Amino acid sequence: MIDWSVVAGALPDFIKGLQITLLLLAISLATGFVLAVPLATMRVSRHRWLSMPVWLYTYVIRGTPLLVQLFMIYFGLAQFEWIRESAAWTLLRSPWFCAWIAFSLNTAAYTTEIFAGALRNTAIGELEAARSLGLTPFQIYRRILWPSALRRALPQYGNEAVGLMHATAIASTVTLVELTRVARDVYSIHLMPTEAFGTVAAFYFVLTFTLVGLFRLLEWRFLRHLRRKEAGPA
Amino acid sequence: MTAQLDAQGIHKSFGANEVLKGISLKAAKGDVIAMIGSSGSGKSTFLRCLNLLEKPNRGRIVLGDEELRLVPDRRGELKAVDPKQLQRLRSRMVMVFQQFNLWAHMTALENVIEAPMLVLGLSRAEAVERGDRYLQRVGVHHRRDAYPAHLSGGEQQRVAIARALAMEPAVMLFDEPTSALDPELVGEVLRVMRSLAEEGRTMIVVTHEMGFARDVSSRVVFLHKGMIEEEGPPSEVLARPRSERLQGFLANSLG
Repeated sequence: MIDWSVVAGALPDFIKGLQITLLLLAISLATGFVLAVPLATMRVSRHRWLSMPVWLYTYVIRGTPLLVQLFMIYFGLAQFEWIRESAAWTLLRSPWFCAWIAFSLNTAAYTTEIFAGALRNTAIGELEAARSLGLTPFQIYRRILWPSALRRALPQYGNEAVGLMHATAIASTVTLVELTRVARDVYSIHLMPTEAFGTVAAFYFVLTFTLVGLFRLLEWRFLRHLRRKEAGPA
Repeated sequence: MTAQLDAQGIHKSFGANEVLKGISLKAAKGDVIAMIGSSGSGKSTFLRCLNLLEKPNRGRIVLGDEELRLVPDRRGELKAVDPKQLQRLRSRMVMVFQQFNLWAHMTALENVIEAPMLVLGLSRAEAVERGDRYLQRVGVHHRRDAYPAHLSGGEQQRVAIARALAMEPAVMLFDEPTSALDPELVGEVLRVMRSLAEEGRTMIVVTHEMGFARDVSSRVVFLHKGMIEEEGPPSEVLARPRSERLQGFLANSLG
């Protein structure tokens, strides 16, 4: 049987872990988004000297596991003496900082590709209409391309957000005491896997469907223009 | 009388395929010029060269008393010397497209007020006032808050016409504006265009609607294989075509 007293006793720790998970998710998602907007703009540029470096970046990041990227930043950089002696070292020795950088760079790469795909799928006629009315290229990006692409990217971006939320479990490997790390600690103290991992699974489950619900709402609000008929949020 | 629009010797090639072989067209204020011809004759390409949606290989474009300054790019196509001038001329020579090309994420009204605010610098209140007026003018004001996907084709095209009108342009270019419409919706768009013509607006209309060309246009231009084969008032060109090609074309499009 499940020992509910163990679950109850560990709840305060799980709540703290949840806060860490949410904070890491929020700052990484926000940073990734802010990076992805200019990167995706470069990615779809006609100029190869703009699009190629971004292509290489997303290719490398998407071609390697997030765990390896995190280890490279957290453990790998420490190997170089000039880094350890540099001013940046106070930041780079912090697991928080390294996790933030790794997660942001990772999600920025995937988000860039999602946004770039949405930008490319913009109806050419809508761009021609904007050009034919005398809008400048910058105005076209700001008022037509990006508002349209971000809306259409919402469903895929929601998946990326959920994926990143699950991936924050990896931060436990660099000593951040987020949800998964709390579960492992609870397990190692009580040796009760169901109580430890079952509880954390429940936390992730609720988190996932909260996020999914949030994105459903956003889609309902921002994809009205693509719905055939008026309907409430599904 | 000075020409509102004067295009001279427009040439355009796609690769080795020369689709425009030197077309010149002059439109005075209030002219309604119907451009007809079979598909592939180059009439849409010519229209798209006027506002540089296609880059011509040669030619001059003058709007009012302002010539669009052009310079060849690396591929030998003409591009605007000054993007600002191109944007200004485009805003005075607006286009209505076959596929409407409304911005899907904006309501009808937002579609109409966008360019007046961004390009002409109108305040939001001024643009809305203007937008409402032109939506009224084309008879879709009751749909001002609807998104394009929720409008019929005819309504979408009328919103697109209102969007063009809201720029209060010197010249309006229509690129087969009724070709993508269900037959029963063609009439509502043609009625709007006819009333614009009667207001004395300068219009260049690429069309397959022979009735419109005959009844509304002040001049008909027949294009064949990238050249002007015949042109003149509709009463002459359509009633007494001289060239065999135009006779054949008219026989086909009436039959």
